[in-house]
Amino acid sequence: MSVSRFWRKQVNRYNLIGTHCSECDEYYYPPRNMCPTCRRDGKLESYKFKGDGEVVTYTIIYTAAEGFEHQTPYALAIVKLDEGPRLTSQIVAEPEEMKIGMRVKPVFRKLGEGSARGMIYYGTKFIPA
Amino acid sequence: MSVGIVSYGAYIPRYRIKVEDIARVWGDDADILMAGLMVNEKSVPDLDEDTATIAVEAARSAIIRSDIDAQRIGAVYTGSESHPYAVKPTSTIVAEAVGATPVMTAADFEFACKAGTAAIQACMGLVGSGMIDLGLAIGADVSQGAPGDALEYTAAAGGVAYVIGNKESELAAIIEDTYSFTTDIPDFWRREGMPYPEHGGRFTGEPGYFKHVTSAANGLMEKIDTKPSDYDYAVFHQPNGKFPTRVAKMLGFSKEQIKTGLVVPRLGNTYSGSCMMGIAATLDMAQPGDRIFATAFGSGAGGDAFSITVTDRIEEIRNGAPGVEDLLKDPIYMDYAMYAKHKGKIKLG
Repeated sequence: MSVSRFWRKQVNRYNLIGTHCSECDEYYYPPRNMCPTCRRDGKLESYKFKGDGEVVTYTIIYTAAEGFEHQTPYALAIVKLDEGPRLTSQIVAEPEEMKIGMRVKPVFRKLGEGSARGMIYYGTKFIPA
Repeated sequence: MSVGIVSYGAYIPRYRIKVEDIARVWGDDADILMAGLMVNEKSVPDLDEDTATIAVEAARSAIIRSDIDAQRIGAVYTGSESHPYAVKPTSTIVAEAVGATPVMTAADFEFACKAGTAAIQACMGLVGSGMIDLGLAIGADVSQGAPGDALEYTAAAGGVAYVIGNKESELAAIIEDTYSFTTDIPDFWRREGMPYPEHGGRFTGEPGYFKHVTSAANGLMEKIDTKPSDYDYAVFHQPNGKFPTRVAKMLGFSKEQIKTGLVVPRLGNTYSGSCMMGIAATLDMAQPGDRIFATAFGSGAGGDAFSITVTDRIEEIRNGAPGVEDLLKDPIYMDYAMYAKHKGKIKLG
Protein backbone atom coordinates (compact mmCIF):
# COMPACT_ATOMS: atom_id res chain seq x y z
CA MET A 1 0.00 0.00 0.00
CA SER A 2 1.33 3.44 -0.84
CA VAL A 3 2.05 5.89 1.98
CA SER A 4 -0.48 8.42 0.67
CA ARG A 5 -3.22 5.81 0.22
CA PHE A 6 -2.84 4.65 3.81
CA TRP A 7 -2.71 8.19 5.17
CA ARG A 8 -5.98 9.16 3.45
CA LYS A 9 -7.91 6.56 5.48
CA GLN A 10 -5.66 6.66 8.53
CA VAL A 11 -8.12 8.27 10.98
CA ASN A 12 -10.78 5.76 9.94
CA ARG A 13 -8.43 2.87 10.68
CA TYR A 14 -7.15 4.34 13.95
CA ASN A 15 -10.53 5.16 15.44
CA LEU A 16 -13.19 3.26 13.45
CA ILE A 17 -14.63 6.47 12.05
CA GLY A 18 -17.34 5.83 9.48
CA THR A 19 -20.53 7.57 8.48
CA HIS A 20 -24.15 7.66 9.63
CA CYS A 21 -27.13 8.65 7.50
CA SER A 22 -29.45 10.70 9.69
CA GLU A 23 -32.20 10.29 7.07
CA CYS A 24 -32.47 6.46 7.24
CA ASP A 25 -30.44 5.91 10.43
CA GLU A 26 -28.02 3.53 8.68
CA TYR A 27 -24.35 3.29 9.71
CA TYR A 28 -21.47 2.69 7.27
CA TYR A 29 -17.90 1.51 7.71
CA PRO A 30 -15.73 2.27 5.85
CA PRO A 31 -17.23 5.74 5.38
CA ARG A 32 -19.36 6.47 2.33
CA ASN A 33 -19.73 9.67 0.39
CA MET A 34 -23.37 8.90 -0.45
CA CYS A 35 -26.07 6.88 1.32
CA PRO A 36 -26.87 3.94 -1.01
CA THR A 37 -30.46 3.83 0.32
CA CYS A 38 -31.42 7.50 0.39
CA ARG A 39 -29.22 8.51 -2.55
CA ARG A 40 -29.38 12.29 -3.00
CA ASP A 41 -31.81 12.70 -0.08
CA GLY A 42 -29.35 11.11 2.37
CA LYS A 43 -27.72 13.18 5.11
CA LEU A 44 -24.34 11.67 5.91
CA GLU A 45 -22.38 12.66 9.00
CA SER A 46 -19.09 11.42 10.39
CA TYR A 47 -19.56 8.80 13.11
CA LYS A 48 -17.08 7.24 15.51
CA PHE A 49 -18.06 3.62 16.21
CA LYS A 50 -17.90 2.39 19.79
CA GLY A 51 -16.00 -0.61 18.47
CA ASP A 52 -17.87 -3.33 20.33
CA GLY A 53 -19.20 -6.12 18.17
CA GLU A 54 -19.39 -9.85 17.53
CA VAL A 55 -17.74 -12.38 15.27
CA VAL A 56 -20.08 -13.31 12.41
CA THR A 57 -17.69 -15.87 10.98
CA TYR A 58 -13.96 -16.49 10.95
CA THR A 59 -11.17 -18.50 9.40
CA ILE A 60 -7.77 -19.52 10.72
CA ILE A 61 -4.98 -18.55 8.33
CA TYR A 62 -2.15 -21.06 8.00
CA THR A 63 -0.81 -19.96 4.61
CA ALA A 64 -0.55 -16.20 4.84
CA ALA A 65 0.02 -13.44 2.35
CA GLU A 66 3.41 -11.73 2.09
CA GLY A 67 4.25 -9.84 5.25
CA PHE A 68 2.07 -12.02 7.48
CA GLU A 69 3.94 -15.35 7.07
CA HIS A 70 5.36 -15.29 10.59
CA GLN A 71 2.07 -14.54 12.34
CA THR A 72 0.41 -17.86 11.40
CA PRO A 73 -1.79 -19.37 12.60
CA TYR A 74 -3.98 -16.31 13.11
CA ALA A 75 -7.70 -15.61 13.00
CA LEU A 76 -9.33 -13.44 10.36
CA ALA A 77 -12.98 -12.66 11.00
CA ILE A 78 -15.97 -10.74 9.79
CA VAL A 79 -16.94 -8.57 12.75
CA LYS A 80 -20.41 -7.06 13.03
CA LEU A 81 -20.23 -3.80 14.95
CA ASP A 82 -23.12 -3.17 17.33
CA GLU A 83 -24.30 -0.27 15.14
CA GLY A 84 -24.63 -2.66 12.18
CA PRO A 85 -21.70 -2.49 9.73
CA ARG A 86 -19.54 -5.52 9.11
CA LEU A 87 -15.81 -5.40 8.52
CA THR A 88 -12.98 -7.87 8.04
CA SER A 89 -10.32 -7.82 10.74
CA GLN A 90 -7.63 -9.88 12.33
CA ILE A 91 -8.64 -11.11 15.80
CA VAL A 92 -5.83 -11.15 18.34
CA ALA A 93 -6.64 -14.47 19.98
CA GLU A 94 -5.42 -18.04 20.05
CA PRO A 95 -7.19 -20.13 17.35
CA GLU A 96 -8.84 -22.28 20.04
CA GLU A 97 -10.37 -19.16 21.64
CA MET A 98 -12.30 -18.34 18.45
CA LYS A 99 -16.07 -18.90 18.37
CA ILE A 100 -18.82 -17.64 16.08
CA GLY A 101 -20.89 -15.11 18.03
CA MET A 102 -18.07 -14.22 20.45
CA ARG A 103 -18.03 -10.62 21.65
CA VAL A 104 -15.00 -8.56 20.64
CA LYS A 105 -13.60 -5.10 21.38
CA PRO A 106 -11.09 -2.98 19.46
CA VAL A 107 -7.35 -2.69 20.10
CA PHE A 108 -4.68 -0.54 18.49
CA ARG A 109 -2.07 -2.69 16.72
CA LYS A 110 0.40 -2.72 13.88
CA LEU A 111 -1.41 -3.79 10.71
CA GLY A 112 1.81 -4.21 8.74
CA GLU A 113 4.80 -2.35 7.45
CA GLY A 114 6.13 -1.38 4.07
CA SER A 115 9.57 -2.92 4.68
CA ALA A 116 12.36 -2.54 7.23
CA ARG A 117 12.87 0.96 5.77
CA GLY A 118 9.21 1.66 5.00
CA MET A 119 6.42 3.14 7.05
CA ILE A 120 4.57 1.22 9.75
CA TYR A 121 0.81 0.88 9.27
CA TYR A 122 -1.19 1.13 12.48
CA GLY A 123 -4.88 0.57 12.98
CA THR A 124 -7.64 -1.40 14.64
CA LYS A 125 -7.79 -5.12 15.31
CA PHE A 126 -10.09 -6.88 17.75
CA ILE A 127 -9.63 -8.99 20.87
CA PRO A 128 -12.14 -11.12 22.80
CA ALA A 129 -14.23 -8.85 25.02
CA MET B 1 -2.52 26.82 41.44
CA SER B 2 -2.43 23.05 42.08
CA VAL B 3 -1.33 20.70 39.35
CA GLY B 4 -1.74 16.96 39.38
CA ILE B 5 -3.08 13.76 37.96
CA VAL B 6 -6.54 14.00 36.38
CA SER B 7 -6.43 10.40 35.20
CA TYR B 8 -4.06 7.52 34.51
CA GLY B 9 -4.04 4.36 32.44
CA ALA B 10 -1.70 1.41 32.06
CA TYR B 11 -1.13 -1.27 29.45
CA ILE B 12 0.80 -4.53 29.74
CA PRO B 13 1.05 -7.07 26.88
CA ARG B 14 -0.46 -10.48 27.61
CA TYR B 15 2.67 -12.58 27.06
CA ARG B 16 5.30 -13.49 29.67
CA ILE B 17 8.55 -15.42 29.76
CA LYS B 18 9.92 -16.86 32.99
CA VAL B 19 13.47 -16.09 34.09
CA GLU B 20 14.11 -19.84 34.34
CA ASP B 21 13.32 -20.28 30.62
CA ILE B 22 15.88 -17.61 29.68
CA ALA B 23 18.44 -19.01 32.15
CA ARG B 24 18.08 -22.52 30.69
CA VAL B 25 19.13 -21.27 27.23
CA TRP B 26 22.25 -19.47 28.50
CA GLY B 27 23.28 -22.00 31.14
CA ASP B 28 22.70 -19.63 34.06
CA ASP B 29 21.38 -20.58 37.49
CA ALA B 30 17.76 -19.40 37.55
CA ASP B 31 17.43 -19.58 41.34
CA ILE B 32 20.45 -17.36 41.91
CA LEU B 33 19.22 -14.92 39.25
CA MET B 34 15.68 -14.73 40.65
CA ALA B 35 16.98 -14.24 44.17
CA GLY B 36 19.51 -11.62 43.04
CA LEU B 37 17.27 -9.68 40.67
CA MET B 38 14.00 -10.30 42.54
CA VAL B 39 12.37 -10.80 39.12
CA ASN B 40 10.54 -14.04 38.29
CA GLU B 41 9.07 -13.28 34.87
CA LYS B 42 8.75 -10.42 32.39
CA SER B 43 6.22 -9.21 29.85
CA VAL B 44 6.77 -9.75 26.12
CA PRO B 45 5.02 -7.78 23.35
CA ASP B 46 2.85 -9.48 20.76
CA LEU B 47 4.15 -9.63 17.16
CA ASP B 48 2.03 -6.61 16.23
CA GLU B 49 2.77 -4.52 19.34
CA ASP B 50 5.40 -1.82 19.71
CA THR B 51 5.91 1.34 21.75
CA ALA B 52 3.31 3.25 19.71
CA THR B 53 0.55 0.63 20.15
CA ILE B 54 1.33 0.29 23.86
CA ALA B 55 1.34 4.08 24.31
CA VAL B 56 -2.04 4.35 22.53
CA GLU B 57 -3.61 1.63 24.67
CA ALA B 58 -2.33 3.25 27.89
CA ALA B 59 -3.49 6.71 26.75
CA ARG B 60 -6.95 5.44 25.78
CA SER B 61 -7.25 3.75 29.16
CA ALA B 62 -6.39 7.04 30.91
CA ILE B 63 -8.94 8.96 28.83
CA ILE B 64 -11.68 6.38 29.40
CA ARG B 65 -11.00 6.12 33.16
CA SER B 66 -11.99 9.71 33.80
CA ASP B 67 -14.20 10.22 30.70
CA ILE B 68 -11.99 13.02 29.37
CA ASP B 69 -12.79 15.08 26.28
CA ALA B 70 -9.59 14.43 24.30
CA GLN B 71 -9.92 17.77 22.53
CA ARG B 72 -8.99 19.45 25.83
CA ILE B 73 -5.51 17.90 25.61
CA GLY B 74 -3.01 20.57 24.55
CA ALA B 75 0.19 18.54 24.68
CA VAL B 76 1.09 14.89 24.03
CA TYR B 77 4.57 13.79 25.10
CA THR B 78 5.66 10.16 24.79
CA GLY B 79 8.78 9.07 26.62
CA SER B 80 10.54 5.94 25.39
CA GLU B 81 13.91 4.51 24.50
CA SER B 82 12.31 2.27 21.86
CA HIS B 83 10.32 4.65 19.65
CA PRO B 84 9.37 2.69 16.49
CA TYR B 85 10.79 5.37 14.20
CA ALA B 86 14.21 7.02 14.56
CA VAL B 87 12.65 10.05 12.86
CA LYS B 88 8.87 10.51 13.05
CA PRO B 89 7.13 11.10 16.34
CA THR B 90 5.31 8.40 18.27
CA SER B 91 3.32 11.19 19.91
CA THR B 92 1.52 12.18 16.70
CA ILE B 93 0.33 8.57 16.30
CA VAL B 94 -0.92 8.61 19.90
CA ALA B 95 -2.53 12.04 19.56
CA GLU B 96 -4.40 11.00 16.40
CA ALA B 97 -5.47 7.69 17.91
CA VAL B 98 -6.93 9.31 21.03
CA GLY B 99 -8.60 12.13 19.11
CA ALA B 100 -6.52 14.98 20.57
CA THR B 101 -5.37 16.43 17.22
CA PRO B 102 -4.95 18.96 15.67
CA VAL B 103 -4.74 22.02 17.99
CA MET B 104 -2.02 20.79 20.33
CA THR B 105 1.73 20.38 20.61
CA ALA B 106 3.55 17.05 20.60
CA ALA B 107 7.06 15.66 20.92
CA ASP B 108 8.85 12.45 21.79
CA PHE B 109 11.06 12.29 24.86
CA GLU B 110 14.07 10.08 25.44
CA PHE B 111 15.94 9.75 28.73
CA ALA B 112 16.49 6.00 29.17
CA CYS B 113 14.06 4.90 31.92
CA LYS B 114 12.84 8.33 33.02
CA ALA B 115 11.60 9.81 29.75
CA GLY B 116 8.01 9.35 30.94
CA THR B 117 8.46 11.31 34.17
CA ALA B 118 10.30 14.04 32.23
CA ALA B 119 7.12 14.22 30.10
CA ILE B 120 5.03 14.56 33.28
CA GLN B 121 7.23 17.45 34.44
CA ALA B 122 6.89 19.20 31.06
CA CYS B 123 3.10 18.83 31.27
CA MET B 124 3.12 20.14 34.87
CA GLY B 125 4.86 23.28 33.62
CA LEU B 126 2.43 23.78 30.75
CA VAL B 127 -0.73 23.28 32.80
CA GLY B 128 0.73 25.13 35.78
CA SER B 129 1.42 28.20 33.66
CA GLY B 130 -2.01 27.98 32.07
CA MET B 131 -0.57 27.52 28.59
CA ILE B 132 -2.67 24.39 28.08
CA ASP B 133 -5.75 22.86 29.70
CA LEU B 134 -4.64 19.21 29.94
CA GLY B 135 -1.38 17.44 29.10
CA LEU B 136 -0.91 13.77 28.22
CA ALA B 137 2.40 12.31 29.44
CA ILE B 138 3.27 8.74 28.53
CA GLY B 139 6.09 6.37 29.36
CA ALA B 140 6.13 3.28 27.14
CA ASP B 141 8.76 0.81 26.01
CA VAL B 142 9.44 -2.49 24.31
CA SER B 143 12.90 -2.52 25.79
CA GLN B 144 15.81 -4.45 24.33
CA GLY B 145 18.29 -6.82 25.90
CA ALA B 146 20.93 -8.55 23.80
CA PRO B 147 20.71 -12.36 23.72
CA GLY B 148 22.66 -13.69 26.70
CA ASP B 149 23.12 -10.25 28.28
CA ALA B 150 22.08 -9.65 31.89
CA LEU B 151 19.46 -7.15 30.65
CA GLU B 152 17.63 -9.95 28.85
CA TYR B 153 16.30 -11.22 32.18
CA THR B 154 14.46 -8.00 32.92
CA ALA B 155 13.89 -5.94 29.70
CA ALA B 156 10.10 -5.97 29.41
CA ALA B 157 7.23 -4.22 27.61
CA GLY B 158 4.50 -1.94 28.93
CA GLY B 159 3.31 1.61 29.17
CA VAL B 160 1.55 4.09 31.42
CA ALA B 161 -0.19 7.36 30.59
CA TYR B 162 -1.02 10.27 32.90
CA VAL B 163 -3.37 13.12 32.13
CA ILE B 164 -2.02 16.18 33.93
CA GLY B 165 -4.32 19.09 34.74
CA ASN B 166 -4.70 22.18 36.91
CA LYS B 167 -8.37 22.23 37.96
CA GLU B 168 -8.50 21.18 41.58
CA SER B 169 -11.95 19.56 41.34
CA GLU B 170 -10.65 17.27 38.56
CA LEU B 171 -7.46 16.11 40.26
CA ALA B 172 -7.36 12.51 41.51
CA ALA B 173 -3.95 13.27 42.97
CA ILE B 174 -2.14 16.55 43.56
CA ILE B 175 1.53 16.64 42.64
CA GLU B 176 2.79 18.90 45.43
CA ASP B 177 6.25 19.30 43.96
CA THR B 178 8.93 17.69 41.84
CA TYR B 179 12.72 17.82 42.04
CA SER B 180 15.33 16.51 39.61
CA PHE B 181 18.99 15.65 39.98
CA THR B 182 20.90 15.25 36.72
CA THR B 183 24.55 14.66 35.74
CA ASP B 184 26.27 13.32 32.63
CA ILE B 185 27.30 9.71 33.19
CA PRO B 186 27.84 7.00 30.55
CA ASP B 187 26.29 4.13 32.54
CA PHE B 188 24.01 2.89 29.75
CA TRP B 189 23.61 3.78 26.08
CA ARG B 190 22.54 2.59 22.64
CA ARG B 191 24.19 4.06 19.57
CA GLU B 192 22.22 5.08 16.47
CA GLY B 193 21.26 2.03 14.40
CA MET B 194 22.37 -0.47 17.05
CA PRO B 195 19.76 -3.05 18.07
CA TYR B 196 20.83 -3.51 21.69
CA PRO B 197 22.08 -1.19 24.43
CA GLU B 198 25.45 -1.37 26.16
CA HIS B 199 25.89 -0.83 29.86
CA GLY B 200 28.58 -0.41 32.43
CA GLY B 201 27.71 -3.49 34.49
CA ARG B 202 28.05 -2.63 38.19
CA PHE B 203 28.97 0.91 37.15
CA THR B 204 25.22 1.47 36.66
CA GLY B 205 24.58 0.91 40.38
CA GLU B 206 26.37 3.25 42.80
CA PRO B 207 27.34 6.20 40.55
CA GLY B 208 24.22 5.82 38.43
CA TYR B 209 21.03 4.58 40.08
CA PHE B 210 21.80 5.05 43.77
CA LYS B 211 23.48 8.46 43.53
CA HIS B 212 20.74 9.99 41.37
CA VAL B 213 17.76 8.42 43.13
CA THR B 214 18.96 9.33 46.62
CA SER B 215 20.00 12.85 45.55
CA ALA B 216 16.64 13.53 43.88
CA ALA B 217 14.64 11.98 46.72
CA ASN B 218 16.56 13.73 49.52
CA GLY B 219 16.52 16.97 47.56
CA LEU B 220 12.75 16.93 47.28
CA MET B 221 12.17 16.02 50.91
CA GLU B 222 14.51 18.81 51.98
CA LYS B 223 12.83 21.29 49.62
CA ILE B 224 9.31 20.65 50.90
CA ASP B 225 10.33 19.68 54.43
CA THR B 226 8.98 16.13 54.53
CA LYS B 227 10.42 12.85 55.76
CA PRO B 228 9.83 9.21 54.74
CA SER B 229 7.38 8.63 57.60
CA ASP B 230 5.11 11.36 56.18
CA TYR B 231 4.27 9.06 53.25
CA ASP B 232 1.93 6.09 53.06
CA TYR B 233 3.51 4.68 49.89
CA ALA B 234 6.82 4.99 48.05
CA VAL B 235 7.78 4.03 44.49
CA PHE B 236 11.29 3.94 43.07
CA HIS B 237 12.45 3.07 39.55
CA GLN B 238 12.43 -0.71 39.28
CA PRO B 239 15.07 -2.06 36.88
CA ASN B 240 14.87 -5.13 39.11
CA GLY B 241 13.48 -5.77 42.59
CA LYS B 242 16.80 -5.39 44.39
CA PHE B 243 17.62 -1.77 43.51
CA PRO B 244 14.34 -0.14 44.68
CA THR B 245 14.32 -2.30 47.81
CA ARG B 246 17.87 -1.23 48.68
CA VAL B 247 17.38 2.44 47.84
CA ALA B 248 14.19 2.54 49.91
CA LYS B 249 16.15 1.27 52.90
CA MET B 250 18.96 3.77 52.28
CA LEU B 251 16.44 6.63 52.27
CA GLY B 252 14.54 5.41 55.33
CA PHE B 253 11.40 4.01 53.67
CA SER B 254 10.04 0.66 54.87
CA LYS B 255 9.33 -2.49 52.87
CA GLU B 256 5.66 -1.97 53.64
CA GLN B 257 5.70 1.48 51.98
CA ILE B 258 7.12 0.15 48.67
CA LYS B 259 5.21 -3.17 48.55
CA THR B 260 2.11 -1.93 46.66
CA GLY B 261 4.07 -0.23 43.88
CA LEU B 262 6.73 -2.92 43.45
CA VAL B 263 5.38 -4.64 40.33
CA VAL B 264 8.73 -5.66 38.83
CA PRO B 265 8.84 -9.32 40.08
CA ARG B 266 5.88 -10.24 37.84
CA LEU B 267 6.43 -7.67 35.08
CA GLY B 268 10.12 -6.97 34.54
CA ASN B 269 11.54 -3.54 33.79
CA THR B 270 9.23 -1.54 31.53
CA TYR B 271 11.89 1.20 31.28
CA SER B 272 10.08 4.51 30.63
CA GLY B 273 6.97 2.88 32.12
CA SER B 274 8.70 1.43 35.17
CA CYS B 275 8.29 4.01 37.95
CA MET B 276 5.04 5.26 36.38
CA MET B 277 3.64 1.70 36.52
CA GLY B 278 4.49 1.56 40.22
CA ILE B 279 2.68 4.86 40.80
CA ALA B 280 -0.34 3.53 38.84
CA ALA B 281 -0.41 0.32 40.90
CA THR B 282 -0.29 2.48 44.03
CA LEU B 283 -3.10 4.79 42.83
CA ASP B 284 -5.16 1.63 42.21
CA MET B 285 -5.02 0.96 45.97
CA ALA B 286 -4.52 4.34 47.65
CA GLN B 287 -7.19 6.08 49.71
CA PRO B 288 -8.07 9.78 49.69
CA GLY B 289 -5.51 11.69 51.74
CA ASP B 290 -2.75 9.12 51.25
CA ARG B 291 0.65 10.50 50.31
CA ILE B 292 2.89 8.86 47.71
CA PHE B 293 6.61 9.53 47.27
CA ALA B 294 8.05 8.52 43.89
CA THR B 295 11.46 8.77 42.25
CA ALA B 296 12.18 7.72 38.68
CA PHE B 297 15.68 7.10 37.39
CA GLY B 298 17.02 7.28 33.87
CA SER B 299 20.52 6.26 32.87
CA GLY B 300 22.65 8.95 31.42
CA ALA B 301 21.66 9.97 34.19
CA GLY B 302 18.99 11.63 36.24
CA GLY B 303 16.43 11.18 38.98
CA ASP B 304 12.96 12.79 39.05
CA ALA B 305 11.29 12.85 42.47
CA PHE B 306 7.59 13.57 43.06
CA SER B 307 5.49 14.16 46.16
CA ILE B 308 1.87 13.23 45.53
CA THR B 309 -1.29 13.47 47.66
CA VAL B 310 -4.34 11.44 46.66
CA THR B 311 -7.71 13.25 46.65
CA ASP B 312 -11.34 12.14 47.10
CA ARG B 313 -11.69 12.06 43.31
CA ILE B 314 -9.66 8.83 43.15
CA GLU B 315 -12.69 6.86 44.35
CA GLU B 316 -14.78 8.17 41.42
CA ILE B 317 -12.31 7.25 38.67
CA ARG B 318 -10.53 4.19 40.04
CA ASN B 319 -12.81 1.60 38.47
CA GLY B 320 -13.14 3.39 35.14
CA ALA B 321 -10.37 1.35 33.52
CA PRO B 322 -8.38 -1.83 34.26
CA GLY B 323 -5.91 -1.57 37.13
CA VAL B 324 -2.31 -2.80 37.00
CA GLU B 325 -3.27 -5.96 38.88
CA ASP B 326 -5.98 -6.70 36.27
CA LEU B 327 -3.36 -6.34 33.53
CA LEU B 328 -0.95 -8.70 35.28
CA LYS B 329 -3.61 -11.41 35.55
CA ASP B 330 -4.02 -14.37 33.15
CA PRO B 331 -0.72 -14.16 31.25
CA ILE B 332 0.18 -16.47 28.39
CA TYR B 333 3.61 -17.97 28.99
CA MET B 334 5.98 -18.54 26.10
CA ASP B 335 9.26 -20.40 25.73
CA TYR B 336 12.54 -18.79 24.64
CA ALA B 337 12.04 -19.70 20.98
CA MET B 338 8.69 -17.91 20.77
CA TYR B 339 10.08 -15.03 22.82
CA ALA B 340 13.00 -14.68 20.37
CA LYS B 341 10.50 -14.57 17.49
CA HIS B 342 8.33 -11.94 19.22
CA LYS B 343 11.36 -9.77 19.95
CA GLY B 344 12.77 -10.05 16.43
CA LYS B 345 15.89 -11.80 17.69
CA ILE B 346 15.78 -14.40 14.94
CA LYS B 347 17.55 -13.14 11.84
CA LEU B 348 15.83 -14.37 8.70
CA GLY B 349 17.93 -15.37 5.71
